[in-house]
Amino acid sequence: MSLITTLARLEAVESGRAQPLTTVRHRHLSERPLVFVPLTTAGEAGAPLGALVGTDREAPTLLVVPQPRDRDLRFTFLADLAEAVLPHLDAYAADIELTERSETDPETGKKTKVEVELCADAPQLIVPGRAGVDFVRLLGRSMRFRRTAEQDPDAPYPAPPRVPLLGRWFTHYGERARTPGAALLLAATDLLNRHWATGQSSLEDQHLGALLAWIDPPAGEIGAEAALRAELARGADGQLLCPPAGPATDPAFDNRLLAPAVERYDRVRQALQAAEDGLAADDRLGQLTAAEREIRRLLAAQLMPTWSAVWRALDLLRELPEGERAAARWTSDRWSFTGHRDRITAGEPPQPRRDDAVTAATKLLRRERAQAELEAGEALDDPLVMAGRRLSGEAFAGEVVEVTPAWSESKRPSPRPLLTLRTDDAPHLAEGAKVYRSLDGKPQKAEFVAYEPGGALVLRVLDKMGRAKDPAPGSVPEKGDRICWTLFEHEQRGAPKLPDPEATPWTHGGPPGSATAEQPDAPTPEDLL
Amino acid sequence: MTVFDPGAAATAATEAILADTLHGSARGVVVDSPPGAGKSTLVVRAALELAAAGRPLMVVAQTNSQVDDLVVRLAEKAPGLPVGRLHSNDSDPYDKALDELENVRKSSKAGDLAGLDVVISTAAKWAHVKDVEPWRHAIVDEAYQMRSDALLAVAGLFERALFVGDPGQLDPFAIADADQWAGLSYDPSASAVSTLLAHNPELPQHRLPVSWRLPASAAPLVSKAFYPFTPFRSGTGHGDRRLAFGVASDGSAPDRALDEAAESGWALLELPARHTPRTDPEAVRAAARVVRRLLDRGGAATSERSPDPVPLTADRIAVGTAHRDQAAAIRAALAELGVSGVAVDTANRLQGREFDVTVVLHPLSGRPDATAFHLETGRLCVLASRHRHACIVVSRAGVTDLLDDHPSTEPVQLGVTVKFPDGWEANHAVLAHLAEHRVSHRP
Amino acid sequence: MRGNAFEAKVKGDGGTELLRLLHERMGAGAEPPGQALTPDLAAAGPEGRAARTALALREATESGGWALLDHPMLALEVAGSPAYLEPDAVVVHPDGRWTVVEIKSFPMIDAAADASKVGAAARQSAVYVLALERVAVLTKGASVDHSVLLVCPKDFSNLPTASVIDVRKQLAVTRRQLTRLARIEDIADELPPGTTFDLDGQSGASLATAVEAVPAVYAPECLAACELAFHCRGRARDEGTVTALGRSLRGELGSLTTVGEVLAAARGESGDPADPTVAAVRRAAALRAEAGAPCR
Repeated sequence: MSLITTLARLEAVESGRAQPLTTVRHRHLSERPLVFVPLTTAGEAGAPLGALVGTDREAPTLLVVPQPRDRDLRFTFLADLAEAVLPHLDAYAADIELTERSETDPETGKKTKVEVELCADAPQLIVPGRAGVDFVRLLGRSMRFRRTAEQDPDAPYPAPPRVPLLGRWFTHYGERARTPGAALLLAATDLLNRHWATGQSSLEDQHLGALLAWIDPPAGEIGAEAALRAELARGADGQLLCPPAGPATDPAFDNRLLAPAVERYDRVRQALQAAEDGLAADDRLGQLTAAEREIRRLLAAQLMPTWSAVWRALDLLRELPEGERAAARWTSDRWSFTGHRDRITAGEPPQPRRDDAVTAATKLLRRERAQAELEAGEALDDPLVMAGRRLSGEAFAGEVVEVTPAWSESKRPSPRPLLTLRTDDAPHLAEGAKVYRSLDGKPQKAEFVAYEPGGALVLRVLDKMGRAKDPAPGSVPEKGDRICWTLFEHEQRGAPKLPDPEATPWTHGGPPGSATAEQPDAPTPEDLL
Repeated sequence: MTVFDPGAAATAATEAILADTLHGSARGVVVDSPPGAGKSTLVVRAALELAAAGRPLMVVAQTNSQVDDLVVRLAEKAPGLPVGRLHSNDSDPYDKALDELENVRKSSKAGDLAGLDVVISTAAKWAHVKDVEPWRHAIVDEAYQMRSDALLAVAGLFERALFVGDPGQLDPFAIADADQWAGLSYDPSASAVSTLLAHNPELPQHRLPVSWRLPASAAPLVSKAFYPFTPFRSGTGHGDRRLAFGVASDGSAPDRALDEAAESGWALLELPARHTPRTDPEAVRAAARVVRRLLDRGGAATSERSPDPVPLTADRIAVGTAHRDQAAAIRAALAELGVSGVAVDTANRLQGREFDVTVVLHPLSGRPDATAFHLETGRLCVLASRHRHACIVVSRAGVTDLLDDHPSTEPVQLGVTVKFPDGWEANHAVLAHLAEHRVSHRP
Repeated sequence: MRGNAFEAKVKGDGGTELLRLLHERMGAGAEPPGQALTPDLAAAGPEGRAARTALALREATESGGWALLDHPMLALEVAGSPAYLEPDAVVVHPDGRWTVVEIKSFPMIDAAADASKVGAAARQSAVYVLALERVAVLTKGASVDHSVLLVCPKDFSNLPTASVIDVRKQLAVTRRQLTRLARIEDIADELPPGTTFDLDGQSGASLATAVEAVPAVYAPECLAACELAFHCRGRARDEGTVTALGRSLRGELGSLTTVGEVLAAARGESGDPADPTVAAVRRAAALRAEAGAPCR
């Protein structure tokens, strides 16, 4: 952790309130995010229990599995979830703009411009915490290989029609969330932690309630007290006032409230099945509805505080202006969404269980590139982030005290002016090191020449000065300018092209087996999902 | 029991490697080389023999300086051999010394170098080479420091290859999370060698059994602590190397540490326990002071290389650290003492280099916590295996207690072959050895 | 609990499924287990059960066939006191190898599992291996596998699947830790005479005093592992300890250990500017202020 962040945390302790880590918001936020607060069943590693989902903070959709061990009830939950999520995605998928992209012609190998569709915006999914992101991934994995009755009339437990499709989308969102800076699927805690430092540890910062308590404590209360209340305080009924943000639930809730309610539901359902005449059945159906309503009420009470907390987090984040480069990253998210839309339209099979060698390598290279671009972009967008880079010697800000015109020693000399800068920063500069500054949003490169006896440093500007013998106006800093230079590059170079999967070399096992679609999981009587 | 003849053992290993490379039928040959076991010599020899047999080859190294170094070595051994140096489009893409070499052609386009006996470049540059006829042979140098995805990008360029590297040095790393592929045979963040062997377990694997760099005082410790399942020996015996000083000790702790190191090959100059910043001023000054005294006391090294003592000059000394700011602080402290010409760098940058005497600022010295970075086996291994004569470790007391407070609780991924040894355990092993060569220092 | 049900399922039917998995993953060419011995390990008290286990291991090894020991009892000296350990199962191979089996309820999905949970299982199993080695040295023809079998539910089902885990690293670490642990007597000697943590016969206040007498080294990781963590956190926060905010924070703070000290140094109110830590926090504070963070 950077010392600047550490100081911010310590200041938060002292002031009783979280301190800003940024001056702008570094992630794009959608106008209409889809918020998803799922719960899972204790001891059943991943079986869904219930969820709140929706785009209207005043009117979430409550979905509940009254008996998580019942496959039909779980399928109903997933089918309802698909109905809550997919129409939202479909609306974005249908709204497109035309843009140009250069593609390599497979015949000639030449690059040509082709007109392609790009979704005008992408649907954004927000979950309370990182465990929620993992749960989206898990649901995606469990649903995408399911077969519907239409796909496979012999499937022993056919999934409801749109469930496999939701699985593919959740898988895509879960996978995209691993790309640094991507914003299709975000955890509220990650968003808050990127922008504020609390007076507690990063482990405690995973608790959405405690985190909000530090960032926006109730009037007259300090963060630590409010956070402690969020972590531990229980009402007269022994239940947490701020239930965990899920998907795991509080054991006290499971044991004291949920288990008896589910038991009652089971009892009534058995009685219903045993009913001997219509009258008794009607009566017991009424009881079953009541038992289910009670479970819905209990889960709603567990979920609502988190639902509100997520929206409150979004409110707080919206108060920050969006960083300039966050928009470009969001465009990548739109491409990612459009690309997956196109793969589904083209009838491609669901994502495989595990990536092949080429796909894995491609993803890693892209993510590393995204990570480097994110780090550079956040620093360039935000002086507070740049301060951390300056402290660590990766950037320096200084005043130009002298500009000496100079030229390269070629037949057609190009401008290579020398700048003398005074800085209080201590960059890790080796001789010949390249440094960059942002000139109208584009990086201009210079190289470190030497330190002067007084401690000032001399740079030689290398590019972005036009083709003429004299530098283009405004392309060379002037005496008195205060400029921030970075030792890291602002843009990443093109990654190497990896072989096609069919051409995977012998060192990596050769081409993966024939591209048959993956088989669905074999169903068993005791499945969880 | 037969007497171990290091020369014979090393020759036998080399012959077997060359036989498999030149005449074997396997598509790949893997050679593990511990520190200073003659890896570069082997690479140069294999390249020359392949070229001499009329089999042009490509060589993949990991950094530009490694590439330039290999080009120079090849040209030294075979000045008439046509060698191509494929380089990037950056400014100053290669060492200017290459311009002096008559038969070395340089280009940023692989096409310009077609037909040359040997073409050398970095893995990063090779990854961009397309549409060329594949080479029949390749040598991949520092293959353990190469990532699996980098090998994937270049493997289409050759039919068969010799992979050479040191498994004990710093692993390659990724700046993005790669956990989802852990356990896959082709995990892109793993080393090239682990992917290669996972898919081709039948490939011949060789080991260079003798370290010619490490003295008899260091090889057993480094072998046991860092290569527990692939031991190696020192090429020299206890009497073969000697470090002596023309000026007697002044009785100070740094001088006593020097005497201890000259005598036993190791010294631990231990400062009082204290939590310090990374650039602990006392430890930094102590390290600089040790270097100053090494030079002042007229150190001279006697070894199998020459019958007469060779003066220990600044270029034969290195100071190793974990962090760049520590290196910068020690450089500044040395400058204050009027010392120049000593290599001061981090473990990453000292990889592959060799000195007579090294001074190491212990990665855990003064730290309040032991992170995975500081416990990484490769880091300590690099720092403890750069010297031909002696290694002096500067550290705060209390590192063993620190280790005890931070027992290794690493997560375990299913299906991942365990890499040995464990950093926590290796650190303990090295400290236990250093404790026998401790000199307390109260600045 | 599903965990217990899963373990019962895995071991059901004389351990057929468990032995099948083990033979498939680490059978090393031995005959597949048909009828395995499943010795009765019941005895009075942990010592009795440990003795019974040792005897059963010896008999099974001598028999030259497969045997499944369900919840054996092992003894290991930890910090000068005997500790009794109960692995889920130990399998004896026909060649005299003993393998520790650990059954967990977290799933293996597509051959991958939660790495921190697998790590914890590996460390736990390594202790069993060490304890088994103490018995094996006294048993002719016996050896202990340095790989253990981890059995978990497969994907989203309740069917078992297994993975072999090499625990040599965990073994080396545990061995060294055992030699370096402070003895319990030595820890007890540091406490005021008469200190007791017995819940019976003392008031909450005196129990609290007893707990206070033990020095605690709190770090946020404790929250996930210890029921006293909130108590220790409160103490650490009252003392203003920087570590309460995370161990990694201390890395760059050198000898400054409290929130107050660091902030005072950052503001120039205290600290020696020649100390690199003080210089660094001042520089950090200056850069942070310059970049527009609100000054307080």
